Amino acid sequence: MSEKKYSKQHEWITIEGDIATIGITKHAAEMLGDVVFVELPEKGKNVDKEGQAGVVESTKAASDVYTPISGEITDTNQSIVDDPGAVNKDPEGAAWFFKIKIKNKSELDQLMSKADYDKFAKENPN
Amino acid sequence: METRKTALYEYHKSLGAKFVPFAGYEMPVQYSSGIVDEHKLTRSSAGMFDVSHMGQLTIEGNKDLEIEIEKIIPIDLKKIKLNQSKYSFLINEKGGIYDDLIVTKIEKGFNIILNAACKDNDFKIISSSLKNKFKITLHKNLSLIALQGPKSSQILEKIISGVSSLKFMNGNKFSYNGKDVYVTRSGYTGEDGFEISISNDFVEELAKKFISQGVKPIGLGARDTLRLEAGLCLYGHDITETTSPIEANLKWAISKRRREEGGFVGYNKIKSDLNGTLSRLRVGVKPDGKIIAREGVKIFSKDDKEIGSITSGTYGPSVNSPIAMGYVKFDFSKPGTKVFLEVRGKKHEAKISELPFYKKSYVR
Repeated sequence: MSEKKYSKQHEWITIEGDIATIGITKHAAEMLGDVVFVELPEKGKNVDKEGQAGVVESTKAASDVYTPISGEITDTNQSIVDDPGAVNKDPEGAAWFFKIKIKNKSELDQLMSKADYDKFAKENPN
Repeated sequence: METRKTALYEYHKSLGAKFVPFAGYEMPVQYSSGIVDEHKLTRSSAGMFDVSHMGQLTIEGNKDLEIEIEKIIPIDLKKIKLNQSKYSFLINEKGGIYDDLIVTKIEKGFNIILNAACKDNDFKIISSSLKNKFKITLHKNLSLIALQGPKSSQILEKIISGVSSLKFMNGNKFSYNGKDVYVTRSGYTGEDGFEISISNDFVEELAKKFISQGVKPIGLGARDTLRLEAGLCLYGHDITETTSPIEANLKWAISKRRREEGGFVGYNKIKSDLNGTLSRLRVGVKPDGKIIAREGVKIFSKDDKEIGSITSGTYGPSVNSPIAMGYVKFDFSKPGTKVFLEVRGKKHEAKISELPFYKKSYVR
């Protein structure tokens, strides 16, 4: 599996072959607080880079989840729909959101390394 | 306008509070353990809420004052006993609500607790209505701490002797370390609890005392989920200047004498609402699934007609499901009625529900 990369919308992404796994960052989960509802995109749907691809809600508010790259949704993580609290427990592991068949690998070049993201998150806490 | 801070601001910071702007104040929305934990802890043990942003108003006067207050607040002051508290409203000319409030009869007159966002406007309205005939003070030097939860009584009794004998919606003067405090058995969480009015100079000392007794600080986030589970209204959302207390399903808060005799501003609207021309009613709404319907979500009938909208909605940690309140046309207000909530373009099944969602445990 590839090195984890990060987007400015606070998503993480890992690559295996031509499939990317995407979720929200630990920082984003902490900012949201207790996650109580998750809505995921439909399998087979085509999504565009930085387009909306899900919703996550805390007790306070609803927030959109974006996809950092374009492609077709191949799988979604139903376990976080059934147990939204899992997003707070393991946001960058078991609580992934969806998998995408990558359309354009060059989009990955615009994403950040962990060190760059950590710096970005510190400067842009929300 | 400059953001205001309560006397406990620095102490909240030291307790790990995350702040949000609320009604012109920087207020803790949550502490490190999070809203769901804070909510559950209040239901199972005891939580401390800084509600010092709320207005504490004292009006001094006797019988003449009672008559004047009854003109703008539909409360029955002929029946209120010394140190008893009543929930009521500051009413406008159209029968809408300027604010919901708690009036407590004290020796020199009345104490009134007002919503933070409304207090300055309330002060103006009340002052002008009372025409400077009475001494009226919106206290700047007093803080207000709510201690809420099943363990509140035993904890507070150790700190302020005598409070455990208070009944719900009753108060009295007490002494804390030689200082005067006014304590009422009340709150806005659906739990047993107390509100302690204390000088800004000593509030931090009292708050620290609570924390040392195992009480956890609770932010506005959990205050909102707790009050919504308890079916209690949030001013500016569930009740406003354009909702009447009758439409808001708060008829119980206006005594029979006041409902029949009137004699307060906006009575025409209240009277017509009472006499069967009620067009809408505040109800509980419970989504069948996990979808959360927030303020502004439209409510539809089975045959797809728009019948109302949501005014508050969240996830209720103690009922472990989404919960909401809103207004629907009267014909659809019966508990059990199937409705649909339009969230992000999709309609989701829900039912009109009895309120509260979570049974209250007040000490009567």
